Amino acid sequence: MTQSSFITPAQQAESDAKLAAAKAQTDADARRRRLQLLSPSVLLIGIFGLFPLTITLIYSFLSPGSYGGVTWEFSTNAYVQFLFEADIFDDTLSFSTTYLSIFSRSIGLALVATVGALIIGFPTAYFIASKRPEQRNFWLFLITLPFWTNLLIRTYAILLIIRDEGIINLGLMGVGITDKPIGILYTDFAVFMGLIYSYLPFMVLPLYASLEKLDFRLVEAAYDLYASRFQVLRHIIIPMAKPGIVAGCILVFIPGLGAYITPELLGGGKDLMIGNLIALQFGGSRNWPFGSAAALILMVVVMLSLIVYVRHAGKGGASHG
Amino acid sequence: MAQNGVSQGADTHKNMILAEGVVKTFGQGEHMVTALDNVSVTIRQNEFFTLLGPSGCGKTTLLRLIAGFDLPDRGNILLDGQEIGHLPPYKRPVNTVFQNYALFPHMSVARNIGFGLEMQGRPAKEISEATDRMLALVQMEHLADRQTDQLSGGQQQRVALARALAPHPKVLLLDEPLSALDLKLRKEMQIELKRLQHETGITFVFVTHDQEEALTMSDRIAVMSAGDILQVGPPKEIYNNPARRFVADFIGDINILEADLTSGDTQATLPGGARINAILPNSWAPTGRVNVAIRPEDMALTQPGADNAALHGTVQNIVYFGSGHNVHVALDSGLDIIVRCAGTSHEVGALVGITLPDAVQVLVD
Ligand SMILES: Nc1ncnc2c1ncn2[C@@H]1O[C@H](COP(=O)(O)OP(=O)(O)OP(=O)(O)O)[C@@H](O)[C@H]1O
Ligand SMILES: [Mg+2]
Repeated sequence: MTQSSFITPAQQAESDAKLAAAKAQTDADARRRRLQLLSPSVLLIGIFGLFPLTITLIYSFLSPGSYGGVTWEFSTNAYVQFLFEADIFDDTLSFSTTYLSIFSRSIGLALVATVGALIIGFPTAYFIASKRPEQRNFWLFLITLPFWTNLLIRTYAILLIIRDEGIINLGLMGVGITDKPIGILYTDFAVFMGLIYSYLPFMVLPLYASLEKLDFRLVEAAYDLYASRFQVLRHIIIPMAKPGIVAGCILVFIPGLGAYITPELLGGGKDLMIGNLIALQFGGSRNWPFGSAAALILMVVVMLSLIVYVRHAGKGGASHG
Repeated sequence: MAQNGVSQGADTHKNMILAEGVVKTFGQGEHMVTALDNVSVTIRQNEFFTLLGPSGCGKTTLLRLIAGFDLPDRGNILLDGQEIGHLPPYKRPVNTVFQNYALFPHMSVARNIGFGLEMQGRPAKEISEATDRMLALVQMEHLADRQTDQLSGGQQQRVALARALAPHPKVLLLDEPLSALDLKLRKEMQIELKRLQHETGITFVFVTHDQEEALTMSDRIAVMSAGDILQVGPPKEIYNNPARRFVADFIGDINILEADLTSGDTQATLPGGARINAILPNSWAPTGRVNVAIRPEDMALTQPGADNAALHGTVQNIVYFGSGHNVHVALDSGLDIIVRCAGTSHEVGALVGITLPDAVQVLVD
């Protein structure tokens, strides 16, 4: 404060306080505006995500109604049923792996499909990323082309192709490689193929996004330092593409694990996957609590494996499977 | 290129790189660019060899052909007497320090440096020993465990050097490695590079478009222009006896005057009638009107009409540059030239005489 100033200390303090208040006000405004931006998605997730989840959680602790639905009686039977089988005569519980094996089968199939999609998707993404920028959009467009048709229709199309009277078998028999159809439809292999086909774009797109950012000069530097093609892939390209690999694997594994249409149509419902098991409980089996419990168990499994996976992937280990 | 053989000093070293008639073009049809046009050059073992030339003259292209990133359209490249044209980069005993360094961002400094040896499948003990040695060589021991994106430009530069030197290649290629550094750091690194070359005994092929850098560091310089090597020689020779007009123009300040040369004469006649000894480029005997080059510092100002004044003119401008002055003089014949003086008593508008060196270099256009 200089002597020539016309402002007294009291006035100064007052104006400081006003300024601080105004600043706090604008800060609060800014925060509110940012929250407003979020509100549509918060609303959507609240209504269509958290609310049904809560219902599922509640249902899983109730007893099944005779014609579907639930009766409001607390019960942990749904969870017990998951691991134990009640004897029909005396109700004693014995350990049963029926549902565990469906879970592990599903996890196995989803894992294999994820690895398959990675093996097929990686060269594809690398190919697109190494094209000239003006050509890349065309190839990306081709990748997204399947989304133009409904998944159900596309899965039916696969069914028509691989069934005993389909093109593949007719072709094989036509050229005389076999004299009766090789059974592809309604096998795990058919489900595996269907899963890869359905979710491949979800692998290719994030892989492309990270490979596109790859600095090709690093690849040259590695070649210069005596790295062979394979070593360049292993020590440079894959580690640099890791964010894309992680994202792609998550995007294929999770929907693959819960897949319903593909195993239903191509697996023939013989050997269930989790998705079919859950659907069955709300349909034919009329056991809503057990369906809810299975859905929640699936969710917990997915969340746990995600945490483990992302932790492990984040550690910077170069290789990945 | 007739002028390539200008310098043939005592050739005690054997040849490390021999390029013969190398042609490299990019693109097709209308868009075709000839990056290297029939280039032949010899680089000796254990020398600090510099490719000097303006942007786009083909320096990087020549390095990339030696490293194996690109293949020549025509011509041969021999390394240590062996044809290497068919070898991929990872099978050539040649390493590169890239202009942008190209350090691996997902690896520590130490792993970057050991990468070449690791890829060669050397035992872990050898790798870690060599890495330590290299870290010490470039004075980076304290940063061994850093990620490379946490380094300053100068530090990255050192890591890039250490990484390329660690496998002890026969030839180290350096593509404008100092251009991203500020002036002071650049001077330091110039000295360090010379030291490293001396200590390791590796042949260095260094690319720059900075003529001063080339003159200070090199054993020999190749001056390039538009895909062609115009002259190869030690710095002094390139500076004092430029064979081509482009070389004279490109390196340092220079005055280019027209002169007349008669057949069989060793002296040229300057405008105004002064006679002066003419140095002819190798195996070339021009007659008639030629260009001659005179460095500003090889001339001096004197009194008009003095005995030793070969040229006369009027002072146009005096430019101070720290260690001296450049005096711009308009010659009576109409040409402007520059004379470099430590101090000057002359003023703008004064009439001056100009003394000439013993001999002038005749230039090929
Ligand atoms: N991959 C390429 N495709 C097309 N043209 C190229 C390519 N690489 C180089 N060129 C052309 O070849 C010529 C020589 O390029 P080069 O990179 O060797 O120049 P340089 O001397 O290294 O220049 P600078 O000092 O700017 O790095 C240039 O005209 C350049 O445009
Ligand atoms: Mg270049």
